[in-house]
Amino acid sequence: MRFERREHRPLALVILTPLLAVAAAMALSGLLIAAAGAPVLEAYWRILVGAFGSRLSATETLTRATPLMLTGLAAAVAFRARVWNIGGEGQFYLGAIAVAAVGSRLLADAPGFLSIPLLLVTGAVAGMILLIVPLWLRLKFSVDEVVTSLLLNFVAVLVVSMLIDGPLKDPLAFGWPQSQAVPDAAMLPKLVARSRLHWGVGIALGLAFVVHFVQSRTVFGLKSRAAGLSPEGAIFAGVPLARTLLLVACLSGGLAGLAGAVEVMGVKGYVTTDLSPGFGYSGIVVAMLAGLHPLGVVLAALFTATMFVGADGMSRALKIPTYIADVTVALSLITMLVAVFFAQYRIRR
Amino acid sequence: MSTVLDIVASAGLWAAVLRIATPLIFGTLGALLCERAGVLNLGIEGIMTFGAMIGWLAVYHGADLWTGLLVAALAGAVFGLLHAALTVTLGLSQHVSGLGVTLFASSLSYYLFRLIVPLAGSPPTIVPFQPIAIPGLTDLAFVGPALLTQTPPTYLALLLALVLGYVVFRTPLGLAIRMTGENPHAAEAQGVNPMAVRYGAVMVGSALMAVGGAFLTLSAFNSFFPTMVQGRGWISIALVVFASWRPGRALFGALLFAFFDAFQLRLQTAIDGVPYQVFLMTPYILSIVALCVMARRARVPQALMQPYRRGER
Repeated sequence: MRFERREHRPLALVILTPLLAVAAAMALSGLLIAAAGAPVLEAYWRILVGAFGSRLSATETLTRATPLMLTGLAAAVAFRARVWNIGGEGQFYLGAIAVAAVGSRLLADAPGFLSIPLLLVTGAVAGMILLIVPLWLRLKFSVDEVVTSLLLNFVAVLVVSMLIDGPLKDPLAFGWPQSQAVPDAAMLPKLVARSRLHWGVGIALGLAFVVHFVQSRTVFGLKSRAAGLSPEGAIFAGVPLARTLLLVACLSGGLAGLAGAVEVMGVKGYVTTDLSPGFGYSGIVVAMLAGLHPLGVVLAALFTATMFVGADGMSRALKIPTYIADVTVALSLITMLVAVFFAQYRIRR
Repeated sequence: MSTVLDIVASAGLWAAVLRIATPLIFGTLGALLCERAGVLNLGIEGIMTFGAMIGWLAVYHGADLWTGLLVAALAGAVFGLLHAALTVTLGLSQHVSGLGVTLFASSLSYYLFRLIVPLAGSPPTIVPFQPIAIPGLTDLAFVGPALLTQTPPTYLALLLALVLGYVVFRTPLGLAIRMTGENPHAAEAQGVNPMAVRYGAVMVGSALMAVGGAFLTLSAFNSFFPTMVQGRGWISIALVVFASWRPGRALFGALLFAFFDAFQLRLQTAIDGVPYQVFLMTPYILSIVALCVMARRARVPQALMQPYRRGER
């Protein structure tokens, strides 16, 4: 048995690939639901109802999808250029804590039209800095950025933990390690009244289009894709590789940092060490499910958020651990890899 | 200064070094074996988590401790099979496949654990491995309590480093593994089946990783809880580079690393005024520093991360 590259891929196949992958992942985790003695179809129905069954749950799903879109975009732009940014989680936290620090100190009395944009930029810059470190180490010492960006996740969470237990600790939080809150004026306005849904979802959607435009219509986009396809070829074609990768790292780290900023300014208002239920890691899955396409990221983030929000209600009703959502999302990454492979290759004997 | 000397002179420190090093030795040797055959296995973090969970679960349900380790090893090999199918047969990106395996293995561990062991106030425990005394030797002054009061898996880890060093550098099998990692085409020309070697190395390597995880629940602690692996898998991946892909140096690297970790733990209680998080950060920062020091000098297996397809260049 051997594999042969398909000469052309019909559009139907390209669109069908992620759908088949998700279906396969859901079938596989269906086995786990069945092993738990619960009705599989009812479980998936409850997930869907739990995620979209009411006004509140639908807004909740969109709220959950917002940081996933941003971390998904962060992974997608990086992976396109073969910058293996696995540090989205750390960048998210650093962006979040930077917003809490600057928001509660420097911009405590600033009006919203000033503090909101400034804080968003602050979060993005914090994320950038955390990704520039591993990229610089790669360029300087040829250290694989996968491992360094991963290890920095642990460092970033510990930095956050140190700050919210020390200089940024909220004295009114009854001793809980929790950061001081950003002022109300710096909170993103609500999109739907009496829900948690905020304007961050608009920012994320807008950025998906911006990233799509940058990647497909600008010189930088072309360079970054070239750097990913073949670094040697890119250098030969006159692409300044180091500078291009650095810019990619700024974009990717910035998006992940922004995700942290938006989560603080849109939902919580303050930072704890459980602010993110793995948004950075899930972002990697979102990007892969989207085939690294910025607009696909929006849909993939919605799917992932649906699983996570829906699984909460389902697990309460059917006594199944909520971790089933994590399993399904992780499985869909693996099935997506396989599906993409078979979309590109056919089997020959 | 005197505190530092007190710490270094305490037998407890050296006993802790070996205990902290054990999961890292298993993890590093496992990752090293995979990479020697040309496959980066980033599934390690998840495989260690699954090993910790399934080994504990087996013992909790009445199996003896060694059976628990064996169950963990078998489960690790199954995840190795998955990673090998993705990266060797299909030739997919080893980075992304490995992350997929890690996410899948760890979320599956948490799911199965929660399903079988419902949430309770205090987590259920087992009776872990006990330190074994070596007659005559354990009673020696300092050396005895410092080095010879370990549990059996720790001695197994030390032995394993020697055995793996011998196999990799002194046997035909080791030669086949190294050839596959350096140049699979040349290996095939010599009658070695690179696919089979890679499958074998990844499965055995993953089994070792899972045993390293199981050490946490069956010897170091006595219960399982989510996120208990705490990046030990990623640190192991860094240690492989630090060790230049040599089992003997991997043992040394893991011990050195464990020394710093045990040292900072004791320093934490000795020094006031420094936030404890600073100490907790040191293992991760040390790993990054170790990578930077060694990355240029290390001799990377030349075919690492390159999929092998018969008859294709």
